[in-house]
Parts: sequence; C-alpha cells; structure tokens
Amino acid sequence: MRYVDEFRDRAKADVLVKEIERLIARTGRDQNRPLQIMEVCGGHTHSIFRYGVEGMLPKSIELVHGPGCPVCVLPMGRVDDCVAIAERPEVIFATFGDAMRVPGSRKSLLQAKADGCDVRMVYSPMDALALARRNPEREVVFFGIGFETTMPSTALTVLQAEREAVENFSIFCNHITIVPTIKAILDSPDLRLDGFLGPGHVSMVIGDAPYEFIARYYKKPMVIAGFEPLDILQSIWMLLRQIDEGRCEIENQYARVAPAGGNAVALQAVARVYELREFFEWRGLGSIDHSGVKIRDAYGRFDAERKFAVPNARIADPKSCQCGEVLKGVIKPWQCKVFGRACTPETPLGALMVSSEGACAAYYQYGGVKRGRDEAEASVA
Amino acid sequence: MNMVSFPPRRPRGKVHVPTVTLAHGGGGKAMKDLIDDVFVAAFDNPLLAPLDDQARIDLLDLAQFGDRLAFTTDSFVVDPLVFPGGDIGKLAVCGTVNDLAVGGALPLYLSCAVIVEEGVPIDLLRRIAQSMAATAQEAGVKIVTGDTKVVNRGACDRMFITTTGVGVVAAGIELGAHRARPGDAVLVNGLLGDHGAAILGARGDMALQSPIESDCAPLQGLIARLLEAAPNTRFMRDPTRGGIATVLNEIAEASQIAIEIDETATPLRDEVRGFCEILGLDPLYLANEGKIVAIAPPDEAAAAVDAMRAHPLGRQAAIIGNVMAGEPGRVTMRTIFGGRRIVDMLVGEQLPRIC
Repeated sequence: MRYVDEFRDRAKADVLVKEIERLIARTGRDQNRPLQIMEVCGGHTHSIFRYGVEGMLPKSIELVHGPGCPVCVLPMGRVDDCVAIAERPEVIFATFGDAMRVPGSRKSLLQAKADGCDVRMVYSPMDALALARRNPEREVVFFGIGFETTMPSTALTVLQAEREAVENFSIFCNHITIVPTIKAILDSPDLRLDGFLGPGHVSMVIGDAPYEFIARYYKKPMVIAGFEPLDILQSIWMLLRQIDEGRCEIENQYARVAPAGGNAVALQAVARVYELREFFEWRGLGSIDHSGVKIRDAYGRFDAERKFAVPNARIADPKSCQCGEVLKGVIKPWQCKVFGRACTPETPLGALMVSSEGACAAYYQYGGVKRGRDEAEASVA
Repeated sequence: MNMVSFPPRRPRGKVHVPTVTLAHGGGGKAMKDLIDDVFVAAFDNPLLAPLDDQARIDLLDLAQFGDRLAFTTDSFVVDPLVFPGGDIGKLAVCGTVNDLAVGGALPLYLSCAVIVEEGVPIDLLRRIAQSMAATAQEAGVKIVTGDTKVVNRGACDRMFITTTGVGVVAAGIELGAHRARPGDAVLVNGLLGDHGAAILGARGDMALQSPIESDCAPLQGLIARLLEAAPNTRFMRDPTRGGIATVLNEIAEASQIAIEIDETATPLRDEVRGFCEILGLDPLYLANEGKIVAIAPPDEAAAAVDAMRAHPLGRQAAIIGNVMAGEPGRVTMRTIFGGRRIVDMLVGEQLPRIC
C-alpha cells in the first residue's frame, strides 16, 4: 500500500538500528543507566508497541511513554460531567469512539449508553453538527477532546454552527495543550529524561517554535516525529546524533506533514474560539496551569458548560495509582504496585490503562506483561 | 432409507399486505399466511412440508455419514440487515453450517427461528428467506423446522434470526482446541477481516465509502477437502467475532502452548488495511464469516494449503505461523517491521482512535 509500506521497510529499519547501536555505544550508556527518551504522543506509543520497535532497540535506550494520550489524561470528574450531560433526556451526546470507555467515578459513557442515555459515536465534530441539524428538537453536545491536533476541527465546527445559526449544538470542551504539560514534566524534581520525540500532529498545527524553550532553557533535545515505525527509528537516530555532536535543538523529522510555521488557518480558528483556562486537571499529573482551553464568551452559546449546569466535581486519582511516576519515566509500567493486578484494561484504575494508547494498556496488551515479569524475577534473583 | 409417507399438500397461504404487523404473530390465519408465503415457499422440502411442531429425522439416515451427532446453535443480529456481500439470512445459514463443519461434521439440517419487528417490509423478509434458502442449497443443508415471532416496533433491531444445526462427524475424525503441539502450522484459507470491515463500512457512520464485501460463505466443501488432504489436522475454528487474534488465543490457552504468527504472511486485502489504517483498527480483531483457522501437523501443512488453494473459497490460503513450546497461552506476532509484539485478547469492542 503506497505511503504506508515505504514507512515500514524492514531493510531501512535494519540500517537505522545499526546506526543507533553505533551512536549509543559512544555515549557510554548501558542497560543499568539507559538513555531515557520520552515519546510525548500516545500515537507514538501505539506504533512503538504495534510494530515491536522497543524490542529492536539496544537495551541502553529506554523509551518513556509520555502524557500525550488525551483520553488517558482526562480526569474522572470530567467524565462524570459528560455522563451528567448525557443523562439529560433532551441531549444527544456525540463522542469519539475511544473516549466511550474512560471510567468516571460513577460510570463510563459506554455504561451510560447501556443505561438509556443517547450517546452516539462520531468520527468528526462535523458529524455531531449534522446530528444537530437532523434533530432540531434535541440538544446535541459534542465531547471536544484532544490536544492541538483536534482543537482546530472543533473550533471550525463552532464557527460553522454560528454561520448556520444552529442553536441546538454545543461543545463540552476538554481540549488540552501540550506545551505547559511538557514544561510541568521538565520542572519535576525527579526528572531523568535525556530527550524527547515531539508530537508530530500537534506540531502540524502549532509548528516548532513553541518548543524552543525545551532546548534553550532545559537543555534537552527534541525531534518532532512522525508515527510510522520508520519515522520513530529515524527520530531516535536524529536525537542520538544531536547528543553525539553535543547539540541541543528542536529538529523536525516529520516535515512532510508538519511545516515549521504550523498551520496559520487552524491557529486562527483556535485563537478565535478558545481562550486559556487558568488551570486544568490531568489524570496522573494533577492540576497544570494554562494547560486547557475553554470557549470564549463570544461563542458562549455553544459552550455546554454554560448551557447545562455540570457538577464540575474534582475527583482525586486513586491513592494506589502511580501514573504520574510512570509518565515522568521514574518507574516503568510494570513496576507500579497495581499494574496487572488491581489495574487492568477491564478495570483501569489509572489514566495509562484507559486507552489503547496509554503506556500501561499498551504494555499489558502488546508485550510488557511478560517482560515486566521476567525483569522482576531477574532483579529478585 | 425408510419409506416416509407425506400428507397431501394443502394450499399455501399468501400475504396481501406490504409490511409485517402484530397480526402476523397472532397464531391465526395471518401468521399461517406469512409462514407459508415467505418461509415454506423458500425453504420448500419434504421434512418441513408437514409443518408439524418438529422435524423427524431418520436415525439410520444420519448414521450413514458417521458415528457422532454434532449439534450447534447461533443467533444473528446484524446492522444493516443487508450489506455488501450478504444479508442476515445468508449469515444465519453460513454461521451455523460453519460451526458444524469446523468440528469435522457434515452439516445436514437447520432450524430457523425469526424474531421480526412490526413494520418490516414483507419483501425484505422474503428476500432474506430466499437468501437463506439459496445459501442452504449451496451448503447442502435443509431447513426443516422453524418459528416466527412478531414483536412491537423498537423491541428488537428489526430482525433477529437464530439457527440451530445438526450434522454428523465421520468415524476417525478427532479435532480439539487442546490438540495443538509445538511444530504444528497455523493456517488460514484466505484474506482476513473482510466481514468486519464491510459491516463497519456499510453502517455509514464512518463516512467512508468502501468497496469491501463480506466474505460470508459456507465452508463445508473447503473443510472436507482440507480433511482429506490433512487427516491429522488438530483443530479448526471460524474466526468470527474477535477475529483470528481471539481464536489463536483460545487455542494457545486450551493447548497450553505458544503461537507465533508472521505479519508478512497474514493475508489482508489492501482495502481492509487502508480501512484499518484510517480508523485505527487492528485487522487481527475484525470478524470473518467465510474463514477458518486450522492447526495442522508439520508434515501435512503443505498438503492442507494446496487442498484449500484448489477450492474457490481457499485461493489465498496460507501458513501464517507456528505453534511453539514458549510461554503457555501466549500469542505473538513477528511484525512487518521486524519487531515482535504480543497479540492478546481484546477487552471489549474495538473502538476507532481519536488521532
């Protein structure tokens, strides 16, 4: 298949792995003190597991699976708000598929649907707007979720709803922004990371300039990376080359999709519709300043939070949950006290077990369980 | 075969209204007309004709085919009722025929129980009954007994069908999920995931135009050829809901062995790959309705593949992996990229990913 198979070429992968092995040998890192690279984005985590990339890398490189899965980091209180909105008899609640399974403190949207709520799976916010047009007697609420990747499509849908004067459509806005979150991770005292694979699709919207501070002030290199397995290997190689040459820059491996300046039209729509929240609550990371957006007053009639009274309760993460430490690379998923025991994909306690893009779910599903056990046994022996 | 005398044919009833109403489930003349006009007319066979409360099958007749009765049942609920490559009727026959055939049985007789909502067009019901009849003929089975219930609008998703099947297993055929041994080959009879992708595409909520057709087909013929060529085949299962990933996990668990498949050997249609790429789905978990996964001993694997390839429903048959001694119950895949990953059971339904 064109534009897919080229990026999964095994022969090219072998060349890159050899180059990576050569460069890592020069850093003096080993299995006991591995080079820690965080892939920020859940899409990267998914590819890494789907193609078995981690197993192809030398053991002196450790991939830390970052916070970039919007479904994973959604706090329970916000899911409770979704359910409360969906439970209103006049509401059709439209959501992306993988947000349906995220547990709230009472129930998930999937359970709410089973209990009689009108919850519909859509593929785009425009589908939700079409639902509103077709059901003028109902209130259609779209669950706006995601980083800068999905933020513009929600904003453009709001602008479209305004142009068409659709009155029975609103957004429950849970869009979040990646840069303050990377900063929060960089500021944490137990940080060990040596570099980042930057979020390719977020960068397609925001460009590479917003990451400059990471190289300048925190002295960590970053390579904006695509999502095919060869993209990921090449980005790791580029990162190693920076380290080898003593450079610390923001480089772009994903230039075929993510232009340096980002997407001006998308950014304009985002600026028109949203403003920053003072803070937003993240599962596993707690409250982070300026890490979420809300809908501006000018578009307030499309804001479900204003249209419907939502409980807006803050529900603390379970105490046993160590998602925060996993997210920062302090521990690996299987080193968490509840991994695979109290916390499984069927009954997720923590953020990272929720979506298939979450690091713990990916380990559980695609290969971490055994490795975790093996390493645990080895360390006991 | 014993002589069976059948009562003289009575005149068949006829439906004169365009849609199913609750009257068609009332037990009176309207119901008789519906059964006659739609089902008896389509399924037409001497065992069904008396329309008694049961079909009576001669035991000696069954015994000529083998020494064990195989017996299975399945319910069919699918949205939409008619999809590219099939409809709920074809599915209801294939599903049960295949459940018998993968056990090594020759499928012989089916029952058909239909639950239908008021308001469903008679023509649609007729089309589905005719599709069942045509598929039954293709599969060499007879639909010999049945039941029809009409429910209020909204009480079911337009139409549900349950089919129960009986077949006979020939002496000497022994299949079981626990029989896989290290060194055995894992085979499939063709392209995977077509049915799942066809149904998702046909629902229309993904706004994707897709040319993919369901692979829905009765497999008794292909399986008979396979068992002739590879008589020591260990096990077969049709990878319907949950796809081949689920079946492989079931085998690995039951036999307490490990299985490794090779992504490059796994036959997939480009359209299905593209569909999965766009929606973030994994084709290993998509449903199939005309496929089998078979475990064959190493010395019979090549013959099994050749036999399947010689059959129209097995042209793209392939060995996709091997049974290994490894960690009991573990299924892994050698990826196209050269890495290795675990192929686990799904927790729930596969849901499209956000980005």
